[in-house]
Amino acid sequence: MSELVGTWRLARLALRRDRIGLPVWVLLAISLAAGPAGSLADAYATAEKQREYAEGVGSNPAAAVFSGPSIGVDHLGGIVVKESAVWVLLLVAITSIMLVTRYTRSEEESGRAELVTAAAVGRHARLAAALLVVGVADLLIGLGAAAGLMGAGLSGAGSLAYGLGVTMVGWVFAAVAAVTAQLVEAARTANGIALAVFGATFLLRGIADSASVANDGTGGTRQLAWLSPTGWFYQLRPYAGERWWVLGLAVVVGAALTGVAVALSRRRDIGAGLLAARLGPPDAKPGLATPLALAWRLQRGGLIAWAAGVAVGGAVLGSLAHDITDMVGDNATAAKAIRQLGGADVLVDSYLVWVLRILGLAAAAYAVSAVLRLRSEESGLRAEPVLAAAVTRTRYALSHVLVAVAGVVVLLLTAGLVVGLVHGARSGDVGGELPRMLGAALVQLPAALLPAALAAALFGLLPGATLVAWLFVGAILLIAQLGPVLELNQWVMDVSPFTHLPRLPGGDVTAMPLVWLGALVLLLGAAGLATFRRRDLDTA
Amino acid sequence: MSDAFQAQGLVKRFGKTVALDGIDLSVRTGEVHGFLGPNGAGKTTTIRILLGLLRADAGTVRLLDGDPWRDITRLHKRLAYVPGDVSLWPRLSGGETIDLLGRLRGGLDPARKAELLDRFQLDPRKKGRAYSKGNRQKVALVAAFASDVELFILDEPTSGLDPLMSEVFNQCVSEVRREGRTVLLASHILGEVEKLCDRVSIIRSGRIVETGSLSELRHLTRTTIQARLGRPAAGLGELPGTHNVTVDGDRISLQVDPDALPEVLRRLGEHDARELVSQPPTLEELFLRHYDVGPHRSGEKVGAR
Ligand SMILES: Nc1ncnc2c1ncn2[C@@H]1O[C@H](COP(=O)(O)OP(=O)(O)OP(=O)(O)O)[C@@H](O)[C@H]1O
Ligand SMILES: [Mg+2]
Repeated sequence: MSELVGTWRLARLALRRDRIGLPVWVLLAISLAAGPAGSLADAYATAEKQREYAEGVGSNPAAAVFSGPSIGVDHLGGIVVKESAVWVLLLVAITSIMLVTRYTRSEEESGRAELVTAAAVGRHARLAAALLVVGVADLLIGLGAAAGLMGAGLSGAGSLAYGLGVTMVGWVFAAVAAVTAQLVEAARTANGIALAVFGATFLLRGIADSASVANDGTGGTRQLAWLSPTGWFYQLRPYAGERWWVLGLAVVVGAALTGVAVALSRRRDIGAGLLAARLGPPDAKPGLATPLALAWRLQRGGLIAWAAGVAVGGAVLGSLAHDITDMVGDNATAAKAIRQLGGADVLVDSYLVWVLRILGLAAAAYAVSAVLRLRSEESGLRAEPVLAAAVTRTRYALSHVLVAVAGVVVLLLTAGLVVGLVHGARSGDVGGELPRMLGAALVQLPAALLPAALAAALFGLLPGATLVAWLFVGAILLIAQLGPVLELNQWVMDVSPFTHLPRLPGGDVTAMPLVWLGALVLLLGAAGLATFRRRDLDTA
Repeated sequence: MSDAFQAQGLVKRFGKTVALDGIDLSVRTGEVHGFLGPNGAGKTTTIRILLGLLRADAGTVRLLDGDPWRDITRLHKRLAYVPGDVSLWPRLSGGETIDLLGRLRGGLDPARKAELLDRFQLDPRKKGRAYSKGNRQKVALVAAFASDVELFILDEPTSGLDPLMSEVFNQCVSEVRREGRTVLLASHILGEVEKLCDRVSIIRSGRIVETGSLSELRHLTRTTIQARLGRPAAGLGELPGTHNVTVDGDRISLQVDPDALPEVLRRLGEHDARELVSQPPTLEELFLRHYDVGPHRSGEKVGAR
């Protein structure tokens, strides 16, 4: 037990450091789970409305990729699960991963862990403290969500299954992060691997659930959901004959992963990863001589990963397009739901609009992360030596901005190319579909750049508040997915730049929105550069 | 002689904290200038203003022959900077970082780089995140000394180096000094400054409190005297220019300002001094006097440390 000495102290330290962030996260997750229940109860108050939902959104295989299978969606409980759970799961899983990495890897990287370890702390205390803090927070989220859902009038057993299901997903991914934190040295890489595991299993679940809703993969495909922790949440069947033993499965897997993490941690030194860092070249290539070359070098790995994600997502979602008409059959409500999401006249086009919109949003998120690299370089003290060399502020900032813009173009091209090729191949018209999809993907450029432009402006004006750019991305995602279903106010919809885009493929192109979105992007970007040139370097 | 840079009346505030409170500092071309001061005195802040990373709230700065806020590209080609807290890109190797930083300021000499890597015993193939604090500092030092520049701005460059490597650093500074280049060396290590610097400025709470050559500064320091007297030491402690007077029976010990020394010696003679030990002035004593920013600010308590 001496290996756990100091766990309590470290846990308290973590609580103190994140005394604002942790409660905000817990409350946000609870309100994402329980918040929509009230308005959904109003919207789907009658059995008829609920049946309409089941036949509409509920039997839409495309929606299932994101929102999960349709289990018991002819009752309010099932509708609440389908509409709200995926958001909670995304938030809880991703945050659990990032927090565990933060409390273990980032601490080691900053050298703080050495100080703490030297002060009589057991070898596994840091890991134990991280899992304790995150695990308890996950549990609070689960119980809070259950209480909130019960408060909204839903059944006790179902609400408890929903809440504990969320907790279990959080625990499993916390344990995944505990393992990856032992494997590699850099916090960024450890986070990346754990998030990739999450993304891959999430996608797997998406494919499986889409098959289950389309009712074609009676045997094989739909069972893939069992390979995914987020799939287990739905297999727990909240509000639809709960299968409690699924919780046990998650606990066993989480415990096994934790065991692996502990075993790995015995075999490595503090600060080192189990996969040893490779040596690099003793000299730089001749090209590594400008801020732009540096920005590209720092960002290219991330861009390749994002492009791979967009390509896989585009291939999976795009390949469903050709069958969408068959899948939906003559189910008018399902067709209406797809039309609402996409907004084009032809069903297939409407679906494709939605697919490209999701990929465009991914490009927007990438651009924000690429621009905010400026901020992490600055606060990580790595901008200082560059700016102390013969490099002006503008040139420095522009280099990362250029990488971001080029990256968005690459991602949109990838999206258009992959969807065009896959859908073209399935429908036997590559020559026709490819240019259509490329155009439809690229027309999103100004909208996909707007959050990044906001990030650039914040970087110049309010470097402490760059998080707001991420909130904007989150809001756009919520609006894109929930807006049409909840029939949100038009002014809320208008917050998202994507709302103003022409509905391509299929719709009419109007230049005006593209022009003013582009102008807004340029304006915000220029404001960011101009203010960065005038302000103090902020190394705090 | 011209100035490599000159700052006048620099003021810098961070919110309510006044980091710099009217700094006057000039460094002459070709000299090694020591910049000393306790933690939080404002050394790094002054340097960041010189580099155009921070903007002064008041005062004027002239760096080489330009304005550090406006002539960035032209001026920064001619200087090399080693930050106090060196942070490297985790995925770039040390060698890549050295080349990059050198090229960003206008090129570096590969032969000189190889020689410095050897002297500092630095493996350039390790990735940035794999270096210890001292080795990170060496990366920045090699990148600086391998560049052909007129001015080196070094912020506590040896704080992570072991004694052997500090010695290599000292040699490097002596070499660039011989070549007529200018060095500003922020430091806490008196020995290093005594060994390397032509002139020294001491900063405390955002103000320059002393500046001058080492011998000028020595002149400001006090001689410590211990004596056994034949007659009671009445009145000796009241003499101007004496400090920390302690009397123990017939023994007396005190510190004396240089100007007061003749008078004190005369009075000791009058009191029938039997034994006399005097310690020459050290910079250390001066140094500690200025570092003592605690509650006992008055010079009277200095010797108590
Ligand atoms: N970005 C900042 N924001 C707020 N206060 C700051 C900032 N940078 C410096 N300060 C404050 O300004 C004062 C001077 O700091 P500075 O880093 O220049 O001291 P220093 O002489 O370099 O100290 P050290 O020897 O510890 O390196 C300190 O009180 C410090 O807290
Ligand atoms: Mg400093």
